[in-house]
Amino acid sequence: MPPVSWSTTPELAELQEEIQGYASGYGLDFFTTIFEVIDYRQICEIAAYGGFPVRYPHWRFGMEYDRLIKSYSYGLSKIYELVINTDPCYAYLLDGNRWVDQKLVMAHVYGHCDFFKNNSYFSQTNRKMIDGMANHAVRLRRHMDRVGVNRVEEFIDVCASLDNLIDPWCKYRESLPGPEAAAAAADGADDSEENLAKLKSGKNYLESYINPPEFLESQRKKTEDEAARMKRIPPHPERDILAFLLAHAPLEQWEVDVLSIIREEAYYFLPQMQTKIMNEGWATYWHSKIMTAKALKDDEIVDYADVASGVTSMGPTQLNPYKIGVELFRDIEDRWNKGQFGPEWENCARLDEKESWDKQLGLGRDRIFEVRKLYNDVNFIDEFFTEDFCRRQKFFMFAKNRRSGDLQIASREFAEIKQKMLHQLTNAGQPFIFAVDANYMNRGELLLAHRHEGVDLKLNYARETLKNVEKVWRRPVSILTVIDDKPKRIRFDGREIGMSDETAAADYVL
Amino acid sequence: MIARIDNDHRRFRDIVRGRIRENLRKYVSRGDMVARKGKDSVTIPMPQIDIPRFIYGDNEDGEGGVGQGEGEVGDKVGGDPQDGSGSGKAGEDAGDKEVEVEVSLEELAEILGEELGLPRIEPRGDKNLETVRDKYTGLRTTGPESLRSFKATFQRALKRQIASGTYDSGKPMIVPVREDRRYRSWSEQPKPESSAVIIYMMDVSGSMGDEQKEIVRIESFWIDTWLRSQYKGIESRYIIHDATAREVDRDTFFSTRESGGTMISSAYRLCSELIEEQYDADNWNIYAFHFSDGDNWSVDDTSTCLKIMRETLFPQVNQFGYGQVESPYGSGQFVKDLRGAFGEEEKLVCSEVKAKDDIMDSIREFLKGGR
Repeated sequence: MPPVSWSTTPELAELQEEIQGYASGYGLDFFTTIFEVIDYRQICEIAAYGGFPVRYPHWRFGMEYDRLIKSYSYGLSKIYELVINTDPCYAYLLDGNRWVDQKLVMAHVYGHCDFFKNNSYFSQTNRKMIDGMANHAVRLRRHMDRVGVNRVEEFIDVCASLDNLIDPWCKYRESLPGPEAAAAAADGADDSEENLAKLKSGKNYLESYINPPEFLESQRKKTEDEAARMKRIPPHPERDILAFLLAHAPLEQWEVDVLSIIREEAYYFLPQMQTKIMNEGWATYWHSKIMTAKALKDDEIVDYADVASGVTSMGPTQLNPYKIGVELFRDIEDRWNKGQFGPEWENCARLDEKESWDKQLGLGRDRIFEVRKLYNDVNFIDEFFTEDFCRRQKFFMFAKNRRSGDLQIASREFAEIKQKMLHQLTNAGQPFIFAVDANYMNRGELLLAHRHEGVDLKLNYARETLKNVEKVWRRPVSILTVIDDKPKRIRFDGREIGMSDETAAADYVL
Repeated sequence: MIARIDNDHRRFRDIVRGRIRENLRKYVSRGDMVARKGKDSVTIPMPQIDIPRFIYGDNEDGEGGVGQGEGEVGDKVGGDPQDGSGSGKAGEDAGDKEVEVEVSLEELAEILGEELGLPRIEPRGDKNLETVRDKYTGLRTTGPESLRSFKATFQRALKRQIASGTYDSGKPMIVPVREDRRYRSWSEQPKPESSAVIIYMMDVSGSMGDEQKEIVRIESFWIDTWLRSQYKGIESRYIIHDATAREVDRDTFFSTRESGGTMISSAYRLCSELIEEQYDADNWNIYAFHFSDGDNWSVDDTSTCLKIMRETLFPQVNQFGYGQVESPYGSGQFVKDLRGAFGEEEKLVCSEVKAKDDIMDSIREFLKGGR
């Protein structure tokens, strides 16, 4: 068991020891957790900095701070809990909160800490990011001293505008995009083409069946295409556009540094976007468990119930990740306890049988620990958001009524609801954008492509973003997309935005 | 200690100010700010300050989503989406909303002043009446029992008990003794009394349409904002007139539409009565603004106006502003008459506003004198 930190008051440290004891008792596994008590102004400051005490100077943090402070002083919202994914794990308690609130926050925080430490999507994150962020701040300040505050700030504006153009799978790829990667791929590609194209048969008499001439021909063509592709930049559509720009855009040294800092931080925050429902659901599951089973005193019940219901309250048109997450974890636990899974359960058509299905397996607890390790929001919903769950939790789809302008319940069809939810979660709700050609029209122009999945880009934002891409690429840039079902190309040449119909979009397999 | 965020916050406010300055003419002429005015501040939509990204727009099912709750297909859902009041990440999705910034009226006046190059107003003479008010400011060791500060007294006692070792946290009993007692004390603070008054007059005869009134509304908002930033307390009075004049409240001033003839002298007469009765020119900085389409009933009435202005208004006021709003029905004669009669009179400022775009220049005309 990690030692308890003593950076708070003795009473709170005692409370922490107690809560931490319960958490470990339930099998939660976390980094050393350090609580700090701060006032509201400080918590807004840290929240504006994305949870960190030190970030590089930039006005958008000030804008966020402005919003948080105002929203607090108007009584619109209040930050209860703040915890960051680092080792040791830092969490903040709000000075002046009631005792029961501090308890709840601590219990909640241990849920998050366990999630940070064990969920596989967080496994690649830099656990010393507090230092990382502070170092970034130092580097950026140094650039500001050298080339001027305004130039650096303007370039940060540009980079921040591109910070969602990253590849969620980047950390799991063998190589990073860039010249080295192309070279490495070329190395691998050139050993005896003939053999590579064939499937292994093992037996000579099977050779003509397994590798018929037509197949060999198509394989050869594929290899040729591949070779031709390798000469292009990028050889394959590239999602990590930031890395692509770092490798190929004509940037000055300090600009490379700024852009790579923005990229690194974007990757650091990515798992949090990918696991919002799970992470909050997990923490809520555990604060509820720890509080109701262990930590709560009689006279705190009402206050606890009040706060807890606030946390999981849900507006009719807004999905609350705390609520969905915790309900799903509870549902999984229940199903695995009762053995409501597997082909036997799936194929059972008798409702009455399903109703009373209980094999008393007691696998629930193990299963949810496993789920919190292996899943992210997308496959979590895909796998565990079942028709039963959807119906029990009364989910619906809503849409705007074109005539009245009101939001109406449009459907209670399970398939549609799930589809919609998955769509909102896929790629953390960001559109898929690729860099496809660095020498577009043989003019050194950059071509991006948007893989259209039913929803158009927000056009005014897309135009402004394109201008920012041009500021990095320093040659005209275009993006292929679809607007109102028609393929279009938006181009910015450094002076003006142009839009044209496009048929070539199909040339790029995204 | 200055928090790190204060620098970022200041930078953000500077950018906001810069954006407002750049677009001041647009904001002024559109009148958005007037519509979004709160008590001490205005909210300005400022989408261009947001950081653009490639994100989804809201076509097709963009306005839709997944929700949870009771109801049949076709039932209305909605109301305010609730930001779980206990939620730690409340407002995380703020990116979806249009970015709005809030600016205090004081800041706005400052921006206006900088952008238009307005001089600060030097109040004439010692018209700043001051009254003295008592204010509780501190603590002292003696005083009447009714002013004893319990909190400070007990704090004092606690401190003493801890220091002398007689405090037991197991049994926290605090007994103040005579020396522990603290009493609230006050000091006399001079408080400037309202010393300025703006009297707005508007022609509401049939020829003044909604468009004209909107111009008057916007222009007086900005004049008001500027003068308020210059004087501690300021009063506003509103007079509307067609053939007769009456004093009204602010809302009525901007919403009334009368019809009928126009006797400008009626408003001027009422204005001068008001000044004479309530606003002694020795003690008050008086500003009068009159907006009209310049179509007066008769030459006789115009000469009455000129007489009132010369004899009673000009000696009393800091400045008399006449704004003539162009209207398709008015002859616009009045401003010519004024200019003809007074030419060099420095207390009179005339300005013609043809459309909303001219409001800014007109404001500059009115306020550049710094009187």
